[in-house]
Amino acid sequence: MIDIDKWKEIINTLKQNKVRTFFTAFGVFWGIFMLIIMLGSGKGLKNAVFQNMGDFATNSCFMWTQQTSVPYKGFPRGRFFRFNNGDTEALIEKIPELKDLSPRLQGWGGDGANNAVRNEKTGAFTIFGDYPAWNKIDPIKMTSGRYINDLDIKNNRKVVVIGKRVVEVLFETDENPLDQYIKINGVYFKVVGVFKSKKNGQQAEREEQNIHMPFTTLQKIYNFGEDVGWYAMTAQDNIPVDIVETKAKEILKTRHSIAPEDDRAIGGFNVSKEFKKMRGLFAGINGLIWIVGIGTLLAGVIGVSNIMLVIIKERTKEIGIQRALGATPFKVIWQIINESVFLTSIAGSIGLVVGFWLIELINYGLESSGGSSEMFKNPEVDFKIAVSALIILIISGIFAGLIPAKRAVSIKPIDALRSE
Amino acid sequence: MIHLSNIHKSYVTGANKLHVLKGIDLIIEQGELVSIMGSSGSGKSTLLNILGILDDYDNGLYKLHNTEMNNLSEKKAAYYRNNMIGFVFQSFNLISFKNAMENVALPLYYQGVNRKKRNKIALEYLDRMGIKDWAEHLPSEMSGGQKQRVAIARALITNPKVILADEPTGALDSQTSLEVMDLFREINKSGITMIIVTHEKDISERTDRVIRLRDGIIENGQYN
Repeated sequence: MIDIDKWKEIINTLKQNKVRTFFTAFGVFWGIFMLIIMLGSGKGLKNAVFQNMGDFATNSCFMWTQQTSVPYKGFPRGRFFRFNNGDTEALIEKIPELKDLSPRLQGWGGDGANNAVRNEKTGAFTIFGDYPAWNKIDPIKMTSGRYINDLDIKNNRKVVVIGKRVVEVLFETDENPLDQYIKINGVYFKVVGVFKSKKNGQQAEREEQNIHMPFTTLQKIYNFGEDVGWYAMTAQDNIPVDIVETKAKEILKTRHSIAPEDDRAIGGFNVSKEFKKMRGLFAGINGLIWIVGIGTLLAGVIGVSNIMLVIIKERTKEIGIQRALGATPFKVIWQIINESVFLTSIAGSIGLVVGFWLIELINYGLESSGGSSEMFKNPEVDFKIAVSALIILIISGIFAGLIPAKRAVSIKPIDALRSE
Repeated sequence: MIHLSNIHKSYVTGANKLHVLKGIDLIIEQGELVSIMGSSGSGKSTLLNILGILDDYDNGLYKLHNTEMNNLSEKKAAYYRNNMIGFVFQSFNLISFKNAMENVALPLYYQGVNRKKRNKIALEYLDRMGIKDWAEHLPSEMSGGQKQRVAIARALITNPKVILADEPTGALDSQTSLEVMDLFREINKSGITMIIVTHEKDISERTDRVIRLRDGIIENGQYN
């Protein structure tokens, strides 16, 4: 049952001691507020960094050719070699753990020399030859049209999927680029799709300057013959990409007469390993936030208990008077604990709300200014964590009040009355 | 009503032991108006504190209203203080952040009387003390005489058996002191036992019986 009378008494006491009420409340408010802000900022940093990776498949690896470093089967060291379409078929056939395999080639241009033309407009872009699988490994967001499909590959269609920036350079603002033609290195291609990046910042800018065309088309147009530039591959779910990587290297070495112990012939990059490192880094940052957060919380609690000590000391005489008038020790302790819990919960809740509000405000500010920064994005706080922090603080508030209150009633009423 | 026999009390501070009360035997009947006199250090305040169960004693027997007041739990002590005893102090001991009415009503709060009812009763008592108009004022806004009237109203509100006053006029001018003594006399007429500790002769002269303490024993306890 709610004892209205008791609460009136508590509110009255707090109201009539505004300064000490304010300072107690502020300590608690600050502890919770700082914790929320820190947790939110940590999450914001993490979100931003992971956003930089877009939806990149983390269980993936890359492979490219380098020079051999061991003489083998009559071949000297220092030999150059190239992957080819036969390798692609062999990899798909022999590695059941393989999920997506994307052979890639890059066309010329894009490093300053204009390679794309439409009417009077020209631009320099990076041109990739891709299989449909590439969009599963490093996905982009199609804003209109479609990505390269299997028929494009099969029929060597002269179609391209272009980035947002490419559209901005080659087309008028009110033009629909779909089904229009652009000339790349002297050959006309039909635009079948427009995309924007899922990443942010510079990475997104770079990605949106890409032009993707069917892998087979690029092989023919740029006279690559059967050559494959490099491979990107992902492993089946729940299978580490390391297994696929090892198997693929074995197969490729056999097919190109490379010594099994030659580790330099095939270059590679394992995304899952890098991703693990990054996750480790953020686990570290998170740990740090918790250490600092708990420290802040502890400081808040110590602050409360300090203020409670002072309050009780200050109130010893008042407590003495109350006891002379017939207040039982339990009643005195209960009253003090009620006051302290009431105060900490109110102040803590305000800290919680203001903290969340500020985080939301920052979020809103970032979004409306369009500045989804590379270092900070979507700060957020796990509500459960915040509420448990508040509960911890309230419980600490009880103990902070309990200890001095108990001491206050343990001395004889007459001594309490005499104290000044 | 009050029955003391062979009460001893010592204060221990470090290695020193100060024997304050050295065997007090005293009987005070219901409805008496008694003053306890003595020079400072004679033990009169200590005696009053023991009577008020604010302090404990080492040896002897104390019966208040036929109940033995020995080895009481703090909860029991609080109950007796609340129901049987009213206190009036030299320094008033009002709670500074509560107004006069709330101060007077406080003992009823510990009895679980609801706010509205206890404030109404408090107003009646303030009216009896002639300071009803000051009910909403804080103690800091009142004169010493007014504060002591508030304290007396507070002591009376639970309708106690005995009122213990520790130098009630010590902080008041002589005119106000006389007024307060008249109040005490009036209260005493309603049947409440009054015990007043004082060192002022003209205060003790206005009581029916003077108990003189010297060095922890009762020197003289005759009726005026």
